[in-house]
Amino acid sequence: MKLDSKVPSGPLEQKWQKHQFEMKLVNPANKRKYSAIVVGTGLAGASAAASLAELGYEVKAFCFQDSSRRAHSIGAQGGINAAKNYQNDGDSVYRLFYDTIKGGDFRSREANTYRLAEVSNNIIDQCAAQGVPFAREYGGTLANRSFGGAQVSRTFYARGQTGQQLLLGAYSALMRQVGLGKVTMYPRTEMQDVVLIDGHAKGIVVRNMVTGEISSHAADAVVLATGGYGRVFYLSTMGLGCNVTAAYRAYKKGALFANPCFTQIHPTCIPHTGDYQCKLTLMSESLRNDGRIWVPKTKDEQRAPGQIPENERDYYLERKYPSFGNLAPRDISSRSAKEACDEGRGVGPSRYGVYLDFSDAINRLGKDVIEERYGNLFEMYELINDENPYEVPMRIYPASHYTMGGLWVDYNLMSNIPGLHVIGEANFSDHGANRLGASALMQGLADGYFVLPYTIGDYFAREGAKNISTERPEFREAEEAVAMRIKKLLDVGGKQTPDSFHKRLGLIMWEKAGMARNEKDLKEALQEIPALREEFWNDVNVLGSADEMNMNVERAARVADFLEFAEIFCLDALDREESCGAHFREEHQTDEGEAVRNDKKYAYVAAWEHKGVGQKPELHKEDLQFESVQLATRSYK
Amino acid sequence: MNFKLHVWRQKNAAAKGRMEQYEARDINADMSFLEMLDVVNEDLVEKGIDPIHFDHDCREGICGACSLVINGLPHGGMTGTTCEVRMRLFKDGSTIYVEPFRAKAFPVIKDLTVDRTSIDRVMQAGGFVSTHTGAAIDANAILVPKDKAEEAMDAAACIGCGACVAACKNASGMLFVAAKVSQLALLPQGQAERERRVNKMVAMMDIEGFGNCTNYYECEAVCPKDISVKFIAKMNREYMRALVK
Amino acid sequence: MSTVKTQVSPAQAQVTFIASSIGKKIFMATTGLFLFLFVSGHMVGNLQIFLGQDQLNTYAQALKDLPALIWPVRILMFIFFAVHIWRGIQLYFENKFSRPISYACNATVQAPLSSRTMIFSGAGILLYVVYHLLHFTFITTNPQYAGLHDTVGRHDVYSMVIFGYQNVAISVVYLVAMFSLCYHLSHAIPSFMQTIGLNNEKWEPRLKALGYLIAIVIFFGYSVIPAAVLSNLIVLPEGVH
Ligand SMILES: Cc1cc2nc3c(=O)[nH]c(=O)nc-3n(C[C@H](O)[C@H](O)[C@H](O)COP(=O)(O)OP(=O)(O)OC[C@H]3O[C@@H](n4cnc5c(N)ncnc54)[C@H](O)[C@@H]3O)c2cc1C
Ligand code: HEM
Ligand code: SF4
Ligand code: FES
Repeated sequence: MKLDSKVPSGPLEQKWQKHQFEMKLVNPANKRKYSAIVVGTGLAGASAAASLAELGYEVKAFCFQDSSRRAHSIGAQGGINAAKNYQNDGDSVYRLFYDTIKGGDFRSREANTYRLAEVSNNIIDQCAAQGVPFAREYGGTLANRSFGGAQVSRTFYARGQTGQQLLLGAYSALMRQVGLGKVTMYPRTEMQDVVLIDGHAKGIVVRNMVTGEISSHAADAVVLATGGYGRVFYLSTMGLGCNVTAAYRAYKKGALFANPCFTQIHPTCIPHTGDYQCKLTLMSESLRNDGRIWVPKTKDEQRAPGQIPENERDYYLERKYPSFGNLAPRDISSRSAKEACDEGRGVGPSRYGVYLDFSDAINRLGKDVIEERYGNLFEMYELINDENPYEVPMRIYPASHYTMGGLWVDYNLMSNIPGLHVIGEANFSDHGANRLGASALMQGLADGYFVLPYTIGDYFAREGAKNISTERPEFREAEEAVAMRIKKLLDVGGKQTPDSFHKRLGLIMWEKAGMARNEKDLKEALQEIPALREEFWNDVNVLGSADEMNMNVERAARVADFLEFAEIFCLDALDREESCGAHFREEHQTDEGEAVRNDKKYAYVAAWEHKGVGQKPELHKEDLQFESVQLATRSYK
Repeated sequence: MNFKLHVWRQKNAAAKGRMEQYEARDINADMSFLEMLDVVNEDLVEKGIDPIHFDHDCREGICGACSLVINGLPHGGMTGTTCEVRMRLFKDGSTIYVEPFRAKAFPVIKDLTVDRTSIDRVMQAGGFVSTHTGAAIDANAILVPKDKAEEAMDAAACIGCGACVAACKNASGMLFVAAKVSQLALLPQGQAERERRVNKMVAMMDIEGFGNCTNYYECEAVCPKDISVKFIAKMNREYMRALVK
Repeated sequence: MSTVKTQVSPAQAQVTFIASSIGKKIFMATTGLFLFLFVSGHMVGNLQIFLGQDQLNTYAQALKDLPALIWPVRILMFIFFAVHIWRGIQLYFENKFSRPISYACNATVQAPLSSRTMIFSGAGILLYVVYHLLHFTFITTNPQYAGLHDTVGRHDVYSMVIFGYQNVAISVVYLVAMFSLCYHLSHAIPSFMQTIGLNNEKWEPRLKALGYLIAIVIFFGYSVIPAAVLSNLIVLPEGVH
């Protein structure tokens, strides 16, 4: 299979404009004859569904939550980037593009990333027009902050609730279209399969999570905006319902899965405290602006943090990365924390934690300033840990947070299956091997508001309206397969709960394919995962029946997909014999423990094609061409 | 820690439900209320009993999915949402009542899960600014005084959980509707549809069967996002303003 | 759940002011305001009893001699009262029905009992008003009062009141009724301000205090009369018994 990225020719700065002009348009009078299915109503899905409906297309939108407003995007705290240069500090579209592609360690597609930076400004305008209450200056203009180590202040925010406010903006646009009858909303409905007709994605099969009913929906195009698969690690900062199911089912139908091993581990999460936990809480990265990270210099330190004198503390980020210090990028800070803990210098009951200390900041700025900046985060921390961070340093530890990998898409955000578009975190396109803070929200909204509405029109205009009926045998077959699979889960009649398998899978992934990877571990994981999968199919206990609201069925079905997906994840990590971005192969590092990238051999997107469960998927490579940027070594020293 | 739980069980929307008793054993004080229920559920599944169904997703107090009435108060009447409530706040050995959010506008679907799509429909009636993608002017062309922006943000913080409805003795939806009406009435972007919005949203709220507000302020007391009842006063003002305009 | 569809599409939602929940409340508030003004005015009028027989009877006669004023006021008050009661009952039942299944475990954080018993304190007021009208206005319960006249031949309201409250049972009923009224008002006043939109975080505690203050003033303003009669501070004029 030849992967065609469909990146337009011409100078980087003009590609998108040129492409917009070259794409075909659908006649306004004909728009209502075209229909689109949008699965997922997070930032990407809600913005896309609303924008498509505004254009005049008939839209059906699906989500598994009880309301489209509760998608996982709601949890994003920090902010959203845009190249507005409102602060006059030298920002520009090119700089945002460059920072993003460099942050991604040169493993993303140049043209996509550039377009992302280009439309970033429109996103802020759009959201402000919707009434998103962004933070303001006294003069009434928008406020910015510097985020995630960026050298310019380009992050827009709404208190610590940016994701929520942006999502509610998109949700309000979506609700308006639902009220107008242009979007039909299907909450509590989980997509189970994509249906292909003559090789094109023309519909989906869903399960009504209240009644258990399996049904089909047909349309001229299918858009997946189903988010990331970070829950493959079981413990993550993601919503508990986040899953790989939609993307994975598309993969099984022939869509390519790109760079599955590129997953981001966020450095500032509240450490794990017990087996009962199913979710880790993120503490905003902004804390690193004022907090200093340290561990004791000696192993197995028993003293309380206050008792450890300055000269026995190791401020390891400040030591190793003097210019960025505590603001070193996420992958670097996470890995450094893991190293310190692996050396036995971790803190807290589990010994998997490092201190994030505010005492210097409190002495310098006063408690009031710190309270004003981080008051609610401190409160949240105290609620969860029963410790007062004004007095005792916080304990943090990395956790799975974001997945850069996803279904492969071309410049039009269409997968290799014609008609199947993938947007937001679910696709792989813009962040390469590592995502910068505050750029996932930007990408979700860029895709949904400003890219997909154009590119899908081009697909429609080329293909024509098909008005496909769900009576076709392709739908019947897919429905039967879905029902069979659920029945099979119910029939196992084993002893162990789906969650217990998920936990075990998570542990394998975290230990062997987490922050640092090596050949031996990955190979072991590739032994253990199929064994666990087999055990699952022999001994999972799925209670109840298929035709009712049944959380056992929901969870088991998602875990079953994770158990298959984890394998391509590890294969991908094994294949990529280099360290880049969040993917760190222990075999490829300098003596000082810095990542060694291999541009000669690995400057490609690894796109995997399904060949059957348990069979090795086939690797397709999309070589990355860099016309505008120099592949520099990412150094944060 | 150990607890005695009285939990509402109901097979589906049509079935009759009742309170059932369960034991929660060896609960860690740091667990959240939902983690405690997870433990109870794992135990139930092992015994072959259908686990207790409840809505949840983010588990950090922002998605608004979790919706339990704990000892008579939504979200336990503590700061934050059900998923943020920690077990250390309960007395070891105590009895805890767990019920679904109850309101005509929130019919029970199963156990502790309720249908809150009525909130979405109220939003569909007018909880938006009618602008379309691409039509926006430069964001800095709309100046919003800082205090107005802050107040709008106070209102916008609503997570649509419906605890206000569940807590209200009248099952009124005024607080969450007022939050949206006020947010948009405070901002320049919301002015064009100011009257229409409040009329439509109040009408839809009434049609959905929410009760009438009689100013008990129980909503404010349980709201996990501290939405103030001053926004209800503001909505009343907006409604009268719309009447005379 | 495949789209739950209500009969009404949200974009078409429309409810008239009169039928809307906020409209109902505004009716309660405005009628309540007039009732409150009347109650206050009435109290000031009644307090003239302390200025002596002549003053009170002059006042009563003056009102009687102004049918063009008194009747419209009476009719209006009747309408306000009726609307207030009708809407109050309607609110009460609608609110009962908006939670078909009640909680097994009930708890309240901050709603005072007075706010939760408005319908009962209101009913107390209503019962008393009916009795009060029969007692003093239509003089049906104690027809002998009709024959009371002062030295200049006016209806002797002064003596009628004193006769009335010399009866301990009647005074007790009166005090209970005044308690209902003041209990009602203690929530009604801040609630009124909220309903018409004059409330915010700063004013909320102040309005609450104002509610209690006014309620207490009204309670004492009314209750001093039977108290004064029973403690013989006010006595029947000479020659009346
Ligand atoms: C704690 C946290 C903080 C973050 N903070 C920031 C930040 O400050 N800045 C930033 O830029 N990014 C941040 N991110 C990342 C960012 O929030 C996400 O990447 C982004 O919101 C993803 O949006 P999405 O629309 O692609 O997917 P999601 O918001 O995950 O939405 C997925 C949607 O798909 C639906 N869905 C999934 N599977 C199915 C199925 N099988 N059937 C039907 N529906 C399905 C879901 O119901 C949901 O509606 C943060 C992430 C986390 C976890
Ligand atoms: C002199 C007599 C009365 C006065 C001065 C009075 C005054 C008021 C006022 C000012 C309110 C507040 C309205 C608001 O919240 O906006 C109120 C509420 C109420 N009144 Fe009265 N009222 C009187 C008699 C009655 C009677 C006879 C009833 C009998 C049914 C009644 C029933 C109610 C009820 C149920 C409420 C609560 C309604 C609500 O809060 O929504 N009232 N009253
Ligand atoms: S107002 Fe408060 S209680 Fe009501 S829905 Fe919003 S957040 Fe929940
Ligand atoms: S689960 Fe999201 S708010 Fe509780």
